[in-house]
Amino acid sequence: MSDYPDDFLTHVYRRMKTIREFEERLNVEIQKGEIPGFTHLYAGQEAVAVGVCEQLDEDDYIVSTHRGHGHCIAKGCDVGGMMKEIYGRHDGLCKGKGGSMHIADRDVGMLGANAIVGGGPPIAVGAAIATGLQGQGRVTASFSGDGSCNQGTVFEALNLAVVLQAPTLFIFEDNGYSEHTGADYAVGSKDIAGRCEAFGMPVEKVDGNDFFAVYEAMGRAVARARDGGGPSAIECETTRFFGHFVGDPQKYRAKDEVARHRENLDCLKLFRARLADEDRLDAATLDAIDEEVLALIDRSVDEAKASPLPDVSEITTDVYAIY
Amino acid sequence: MSDNIKTFRDALNEALHEEMERDDTVIVLGEDVAGGAGGTGDTVEAAGGIFGVTAGLARKFGRQRVIDTPISESAIAGAANGAALAGLRPVAELMFADFIGVCMDQVYNQAAKFRYMFGGKMECPLVIRTAMGAGMNMGAQHSQTIYPLLTAVPGLKIAIPSNAADAKGLLKTAIRDNDPVVFFEHKALYNKKSEVPEGDYTVPFGEADMTREGDDVTVVAMGRMVPFSEKAIDSLAEQGISADLVDPRTVSPMDWDMIFESLEHTGRLVVVDESPPRCSLASDIAGVVAQEAFGSLRAPVKMITAPHAPVPFSPGLERAYVPGPDKIAAGILDCVKGG
Repeated sequence: MSDYPDDFLTHVYRRMKTIREFEERLNVEIQKGEIPGFTHLYAGQEAVAVGVCEQLDEDDYIVSTHRGHGHCIAKGCDVGGMMKEIYGRHDGLCKGKGGSMHIADRDVGMLGANAIVGGGPPIAVGAAIATGLQGQGRVTASFSGDGSCNQGTVFEALNLAVVLQAPTLFIFEDNGYSEHTGADYAVGSKDIAGRCEAFGMPVEKVDGNDFFAVYEAMGRAVARARDGGGPSAIECETTRFFGHFVGDPQKYRAKDEVARHRENLDCLKLFRARLADEDRLDAATLDAIDEEVLALIDRSVDEAKASPLPDVSEITTDVYAIY
Repeated sequence: MSDNIKTFRDALNEALHEEMERDDTVIVLGEDVAGGAGGTGDTVEAAGGIFGVTAGLARKFGRQRVIDTPISESAIAGAANGAALAGLRPVAELMFADFIGVCMDQVYNQAAKFRYMFGGKMECPLVIRTAMGAGMNMGAQHSQTIYPLLTAVPGLKIAIPSNAADAKGLLKTAIRDNDPVVFFEHKALYNKKSEVPEGDYTVPFGEADMTREGDDVTVVAMGRMVPFSEKAIDSLAEQGISADLVDPRTVSPMDWDMIFESLEHTGRLVVVDESPPRCSLASDIAGVVAQEAFGSLRAPVKMITAPHAPVPFSPGLERAYVPGPDKIAAGILDCVKGG
């Protein structure tokens, strides 16, 4: 870790912490009834989103999932704009018309969260084809989960990326659950990376709660892709601190499972412990970041609540024809 | 209150229990339908599908007949097709109707075609249950009422219950039917209660229900639009306007006769559909009526639909998107005053 400069480490910590506090706050606000709809929280998986996106440039693309807030923040979406979107406000990132499951921002290379499991990976291959044609060494990362690894669309995307040698990074976040069903049941081979390898691409399987493991594996894959080496896949084993959606009673999980994971597998705690072990950045510096992040989240919630809802005339804007 | 007052959800659950009990070729498969296999929890007590419709089935009938699947809609629909061809009566759950998009081939190229394409020698007694509709702020990919797309496909039967009794009676009929049935459950209706007949209660396909009777106009509505239209019609009583309300219950097959007979009496037609207007049930019914019952009409047909747009997320937009009782009442009034 000695190679990593202080400002990189603080930046990474801030990003992961921002995702965590964004999600923790949403959990509270949703249960207060402040936020409409169906929200899937990313808390617990921060090291994956940030480890992947820190290897990407702003003009690289990502494609995300229904559990996409972390990917958005890691790719640089504006936190205030996201919060407004989730509150359904007129100045949200998608004018309040998308909501939690459909945040997108092409300006930062975020091609969209996706409420269809397995909808994203083929789109990622297309984006990779586009950047490949443009010949700029740009790449596309496709985030998907252990659930989506069982979709036919994902198999087709993996194969097409290999056939075309499209610069696609397939990131599989195994958080243990496909909605409510255990990945230990639903993923027949228990080996997502192995599946990807069988399609003919290099793969790695990493501890998805370890930022450095994700970041370094992604670095190798991105270097290959930028150099014309085609697609790669990274399977990241991680965990979900909340249910499939906010309000999910999670009867399919042992009662103490989340508490145990929060104690032992929390990527933020692990990151801080690693810094302490290697005597990098003092606790006060990180605590100050915590305070700044909490203030940012407070501000974004206040601003979202204060922002007007969209005008009803917006219903038929941005659709190609009106009848 | 009678003991027979049940939620739409419980009525469906009762139909599944009774049909699985009655016929051991009935199986249920889908995402989380047995509560979520694997994982670290005690899944036996689990909820049963994301809306709880299949609760208790795994405990009673075992995991061989109540099958948690991976998130693999094409495999769910395709395996249900194969099981149906091989002698079972599968009830496949697609968590949201929007997800039919993922397995469209298995639904409209495969299931819908078998009996005809194989010269009548194969039957595909399959039910696909799926939750549809706006009203819960679930956004553009979890809120659609895509039944018009599938109503257009020869070989599929389409059921759209609007109340708990029909939910039970239609589901039992769907399971016993030898053709593939796509069964659309409006998610905003799951908690709605009404009286449900006990025991072996079935509702035949192709027989509409008339839930209001009147003189001035015929309103045809399906799914959540039925209770909304009832509310609208009731609100017009003080203005001296009354209406027949026809709930087709299945839109393929469709009970045209009830609509035509009602029109002979009222002379005016309002069609209410939660889907966008183009190639909708509203436009379909309006078109058939124009051809077959033109002589009964003394006013232009009024279609009340969602706008030609995806379902927006923001609550105010979604509320305005869905035809509600006020909009339906205004449409009825417009039709009655207009002719």
